[in-house]
Amino acid sequence: MARFESLRNVDQLRIEADGLCVDYNGTVALYDAGLRLKAGCICGLVGMNGAGKSTLFKALMGFVRPSRGSIRINGLSVAQAQRDQAVAYVPQSEGIDCSFPVSVWDVVMMGRYGSMNLLRIPRESDRAAVRHALERVDLLDLRERPIGSLSGGQRKRTFLARAIAQRASVLLLDEPFNGVDVRTEKLMADLFLQFRDDGRTILISTHDLSHVRDFCDLVVLINKTVLAYGETSEVFTPENLAMTFGGMPPNLLTGPTSSEELSG
Amino acid sequence: MSTALLASTSALTWLMEPLSHGFMVRALLVSALVGGVCGLLSCYMTLKGWALMGDAVSHAVLPGVVVAYALGLPFSLGAFVFGVGSVAAIGFIKQKSRVKEDTVIGLVFTGFFALGLVLVSRTRSNIDLTHILFGNVLGISIADIQQTLWISLIVVAVLLLLRRDLMLFCFDPTHARSIGINTGLLHYLLLSVLSLSAVAGLQTVGIILVVAMLVTPGATAYLLTDRFDRMTILAIASSVLSSVLGVYISYWTDSSTSGCIVLVQTGLFLLAFLFAPRYGLFKRRPLTSAASPD
Repeated sequence: MARFESLRNVDQLRIEADGLCVDYNGTVALYDAGLRLKAGCICGLVGMNGAGKSTLFKALMGFVRPSRGSIRINGLSVAQAQRDQAVAYVPQSEGIDCSFPVSVWDVVMMGRYGSMNLLRIPRESDRAAVRHALERVDLLDLRERPIGSLSGGQRKRTFLARAIAQRASVLLLDEPFNGVDVRTEKLMADLFLQFRDDGRTILISTHDLSHVRDFCDLVVLINKTVLAYGETSEVFTPENLAMTFGGMPPNLLTGPTSSEELSG
Repeated sequence: MSTALLASTSALTWLMEPLSHGFMVRALLVSALVGGVCGLLSCYMTLKGWALMGDAVSHAVLPGVVVAYALGLPFSLGAFVFGVGSVAAIGFIKQKSRVKEDTVIGLVFTGFFALGLVLVSRTRSNIDLTHILFGNVLGISIADIQQTLWISLIVVAVLLLLRRDLMLFCFDPTHARSIGINTGLLHYLLLSVLSLSAVAGLQTVGIILVVAMLVTPGATAYLLTDRFDRMTILAIASSVLSSVLGVYISYWTDSSTSGCIVLVQTGLFLLAFLFAPRYGLFKRRPLTSAASPD
């Protein structure tokens, strides 16, 4: 399939964060965190609750201003990257009101809002981008469906399509495998690999270790700061994981994961 | 055949006779307009989950109305200031204390409302408290109609121009913010529009029942459709219909206008609740939810 969109600067660094410090009213959420991700990689962001995963996401989206350190996205400042529609956030299933009266098409079109005029009237190019994104995730036939009538996996794909329609080069995914069955997981993993081949960089926030090992090229372990970061095979050592999870035995790696239990 | 003729003439009388009174024509027009405006806004209120906020703001405008009357200012101005002020107070107290939000809302709006009651009783003026509390659309003055027109114009303009952004703001504020939409601005715009609509609604049904205008049409429409645009149209339609029908019923039964308007709204909601094709209690076909293969 011909690539509909061409992402700019495929050979450059997508995310450069150096010496990042974020605090909320004096409470340190993240200190001296550094990270470099090139174009076209899938990176797992692993840490406990409250380890700073969502703070890092917020910093990358420009929701919080670091008290120290710098972030460049595609070589631009966060504000410029935002104007470029470079960063897309794919929400957790729990974060979405599934009974909201919108169709699949409407949701994916929301990815185009940032590129539209103030009235958000779609042009032909916007419609083409939405159509293309829906084809990519194989949901074109369901475009008229209200999101409330979709299965969990279809809903996940809808939000991935929104990121594609946005032409984001950096995708931030929040616990994408929560409550997903094995088949959907496989579909999503395939999509992630395709996105990587597009030159997109995917950062997956999760505490589900088995998925990270299965298909993340890189992994970042965080607990208020970046503890370790690099190739998954090198970073995923019992010692590092014990450090990340505050000394918990790393048998989580082989034990059953919560999402598999959920999907039954 | 003659009974049919009789029925149609009596129906015609039922519709036409009230129109021979100037105050009835004004009441019908104003309540239809306010109904339409509040109906449009009610979609955002129900989807954003701001029903309680609507109740709070509508009560909190009371002291503003009294102060504006006392100072000879347009009372929409006073109401607006106090409406937005109450929201700011709610936000501030929630942020700076450990008290939960619904408690703060209940606490702030009753405080404002109580202040309003005290001010009314202490102000030597011709403010009729019952008109503010329960509405007085039959006795609405030309100046009040002009104010209502301006308010409606502003509210409709804001809601139409920003309807996509506001929908996204209700649905997924994180995404909205990440693509560069100023969600803080939208938040306060929606609250401002809410304050203004509360003033408009106050004219028709009064402070106590304004929240019905701001919630019920949206809830009714929400049961009838899965598309946002259709929901806004249905909400406006049901709201305008309720206003008009309510004013007529109030005329012919010689009963409270605001009560009739809101009762018709509630009746329409109950009809939707029972018979909505997809989401009603007696729905005709089962939900397709999760029945389809992935």
